[in-house]
Amino acid sequence: MDRKLTSNSLKETFDRRSFVVGSVQGGIGLLLAARMGYIAVAENEKYEMEAESNRVNLSLIPPRRGWILDRNGSPLASNRADFRVDIIPERLEDRDFTVNVLGDLLEFTEAEKADLHDRLEESAGFAAVPVANGLDFEKFAAISVRIPELPGVIPQRGFSRFYPTGASVGHLIGYVGSPSREEYEEEPQPLLLTPGFKLGKDGIEKQFEQRLRGEPGARRVEVTASGRIVRDLETRDDVQGDAVQLTIDGPLQDYAARRIGLESGSVVVMDCQSGDLLCMASMPSFDPNSFSDGIGRVEFGMLQENDRVPLRNKTLKGLYPPGSTIKPMHSMAFMHEGVSPDEAIICGGGRRIGNRFFNCWSNHGRVDMAKAIYQSCDSYFYHFAQQVGFDKVADYARQFGLGQQFDLPVASQFYGTVPDPAWKLEKYGQEWQPYDTVNASIGQGYYLASPLQLAVMSARIATGQKITPSLAKLDKRAPFQSLDFKPDEIAYIRQAMSDVVNGPGTAGRARLPIENVLMAGKTGTAQVVSLSVSNGKTGPWKYRDHGLFVFFAPFDNPRYAGAVVIEHGGGSGAAYPVARDVMTFLLDPQTALDSLHKLEEQWGGTAQQRLDAQYKSYATAAGVNLPPAPPPMKLAEQVDAEARAAYSAPEVADDRVFSPRDEANPRADETST
Amino acid sequence: MRGEITLPAPIAEFPWRVVIPLTLLVAFGAAVLHSAAGGSMEPYAGSHLIRFGVFLVVALVMSYFPEDWTKLVAIPAYAVTLLLLVAVETVGQLGGGSQRWLELGFMRLQPSEIMKPGIVLIIAAFYSTLPVGMIGSWRALLVPLGLILLPVGLVLLQPDLGTSLAIAFGGIVVMFLAAIPQKWFIGGGIAGIIAAPIAYFFGLQPYQQQRVLTFLDPASDPQGSGYHIIQSKIAIGSGGLSGKGFGDGSQSQLDYLPEPHTDFVFATMAEEWGLIGGLFVLLVFGIVLRWGLLVAREAQTRFARLLAGGMTATIFFYVAVNLMMVMGLAPVVGIPLPFMSHGGSSMMTNMICVGALMMVERWNRRTS
Repeated sequence: MDRKLTSNSLKETFDRRSFVVGSVQGGIGLLLAARMGYIAVAENEKYEMEAESNRVNLSLIPPRRGWILDRNGSPLASNRADFRVDIIPERLEDRDFTVNVLGDLLEFTEAEKADLHDRLEESAGFAAVPVANGLDFEKFAAISVRIPELPGVIPQRGFSRFYPTGASVGHLIGYVGSPSREEYEEEPQPLLLTPGFKLGKDGIEKQFEQRLRGEPGARRVEVTASGRIVRDLETRDDVQGDAVQLTIDGPLQDYAARRIGLESGSVVVMDCQSGDLLCMASMPSFDPNSFSDGIGRVEFGMLQENDRVPLRNKTLKGLYPPGSTIKPMHSMAFMHEGVSPDEAIICGGGRRIGNRFFNCWSNHGRVDMAKAIYQSCDSYFYHFAQQVGFDKVADYARQFGLGQQFDLPVASQFYGTVPDPAWKLEKYGQEWQPYDTVNASIGQGYYLASPLQLAVMSARIATGQKITPSLAKLDKRAPFQSLDFKPDEIAYIRQAMSDVVNGPGTAGRARLPIENVLMAGKTGTAQVVSLSVSNGKTGPWKYRDHGLFVFFAPFDNPRYAGAVVIEHGGGSGAAYPVARDVMTFLLDPQTALDSLHKLEEQWGGTAQQRLDAQYKSYATAAGVNLPPAPPPMKLAEQVDAEARAAYSAPEVADDRVFSPRDEANPRADETST
Repeated sequence: MRGEITLPAPIAEFPWRVVIPLTLLVAFGAAVLHSAAGGSMEPYAGSHLIRFGVFLVVALVMSYFPEDWTKLVAIPAYAVTLLLLVAVETVGQLGGGSQRWLELGFMRLQPSEIMKPGIVLIIAAFYSTLPVGMIGSWRALLVPLGLILLPVGLVLLQPDLGTSLAIAFGGIVVMFLAAIPQKWFIGGGIAGIIAAPIAYFFGLQPYQQQRVLTFLDPASDPQGSGYHIIQSKIAIGSGGLSGKGFGDGSQSQLDYLPEPHTDFVFATMAEEWGLIGGLFVLLVFGIVLRWGLLVAREAQTRFARLLAGGMTATIFFYVAVNLMMVMGLAPVVGIPLPFMSHGGSSMMTNMICVGALMMVERWNRRTS
């Protein structure tokens, strides 16, 4: 009985405990139902969004960049449809392997592989890194089939920037490149991280970035967890950026750049009626087409080592003593200060100023204003600058655009120097001396001007109006202020400057090979070192004189004005043939091109061809042992700083007296042209 | 008694109460597997249905076993399964890696799966032979504990935490139902609380530790092991009330959901069928488990009671742990959802449990 009772009690315990078990099970069942209801109903919205963001991948389509047009609407920068390859660094699994495979498929050199490594290193985990663009279909396909083993590599069709005239517009237009980390931090938009997106790094491309950029397109796709695209959901096309039209005349720009040839120099041409800059050529230059995937170490090394600083825009950042080119402008200053053009002095191979005798480059005998200009007599300017006082002359120089900056869409332009007593006192703490007047009166000493300023000066002399240069084409422009010269004063100077070229002047070979159009101009030779170091014409390139020429045409009704500066060209003889050909091109392109083609045969090809050849020989000589190029922003700063250092005024006041050399030979050797 | 009396005996005695809901659940599972395979019967849904058919026949055959046979089988079955576990371990060691199954040609046999019903059977048999008065003795505690620890240890070596927990759970529930004194459980619970951190630091593999950590904070590792839980919750949550529609679940169709046909089959289902589908699944499990417990309570002998209760607990353990896992209430342990997940071993184990319950139901009918 006892046993049965115990057995029953076990049954009771079982019943009780199985009820507990059942309750626990039911409780857990209810808990699960509640939990599921909570997730699926209360939090439904949140999870639905997360599922959508899993499923849908939004990728931006980089917008096509707006074109940069010249004044006639032909492109200086356009876009080319191409195949390209980018890398998203954060998706990379094995960087070395990927770089090697890509390098082999794309037939990269060791240096190019090293560049790609550096670019990946720098942007690690950041924006897309361009590998190559402009690929042919074969290479593109070869990479596309290997995508499964190369995570993070994105081959795509897209557009890349194309500069039809390459190096000719390098400094002016600038170039594009992938955004840097700093640029992204400044403007944190997803577009900047999109593979294939490029922004302006320099020049016009940078200045008009927002206008050129456009609106990105978007593509919504359904993707699997492994990133495979299942289908397109929706595609919104990009909106191309607005075009920017410049005042530049594309063919003229290209012609001028090519015409500079083997020299290092710049050509600025402007329309003297509107102020439009028609040409701002600076050579040697770089090919902006090859910069858009980042600047390779070989290219950077080549450009960096070149003593003709191909990275510097010399039209804006080249500063030179203007030399005799400022004589017509100084003459106008004298006129305004009461010096009659007929007033003459005797140049006896120089002139006594105060108690010292200062040399002229020649013995000119009796010299009036016109002769002083066309024969470039220094004595005349010594005398009248001293008589008028150089502080007054300097005011005119500034009115004519020297020492000034202009409202242009460029990253930086240099002021240069118009020296006067106040400037010298502030800079060196010393009084202005008669020899300072002498030096400055012929554009030497502390005087420094950029080719752009010289061109503006020339346009202002030609018109007597305060012509201001412009680079972006506008429909309407406010009329220019008058500089307050009488028409006969202007005509006098025009005639004297015409005589430089067409009369008994210093630049007979500059005469245009065109009937009825006479060009007026003024030569200048800027000495770099004193006569004791070099005669300025031969010897080491660095010591040769700069050749300058300012001009306008036609002389009696000026339409175009400009300036040519050939660095270390050995005197103005290097500059005015360039000016002549450039002006000829404006009026009769065929004649000008014929003479250019002859020259280019001697030089070994066009500027672009020579640059390519130079690159090849440099690359084979250099190999891989080159430091990588700095990123564009740093590069721009570096180039700027180097330019400033190169043109800074001497540390201590220079008390040497300038002894002028031969101006380019007057009419004598006209026959040799 | 119920109007079915008029029906012929084989039909009246056929266990409709469990076969109908189970068939519905398996068919629903097949539909989900069809979707998980990207809209195809192959490779999951077809074999799922075939396995259910085969094992249903096995279960029905089992249900005709008499009670004495079953008791007799308990010890040999336990011993053989234990030997198989040792064999698996040896083969695994020789093969140079962990292995959980034996290749039988037509299917891969996981001995650890057989041990789940096996442990219930042996412990039920043990208590049924134990004199009633000894229920409070050490023997009543230590022998079953030993019986549990042997296979659990072997399975842990594989290592398979989920299955060893399932074996332990089945065994311990039978001990509980066998009415051993409550103090053991209270003591065991306290020991467990003390042992848990020790087990965590010394007993678990690093990947298992990671899973526990991730369970506590899935967001800490969204791409790694937290990924499973996060994606599963997204699938369930985005399904809403009525789901995204059959074959339209983006989480499963686009491979965001890991293991959409096995461990996370419930999430696959919930995404496409929503809360309604989920409640249906819970309801069917509720019916089956309630039936199992009723069978246990109506059982006439101690052995039958314990057997039925243990079998029900084993099925329950699968369901509860799997569902808690997919809903983010438990760490990720590899336990499939009975009757829905694709996989032969789990289908076999659960159908053996169901077969055992049908068998007990038949015993109940005979003796009453």
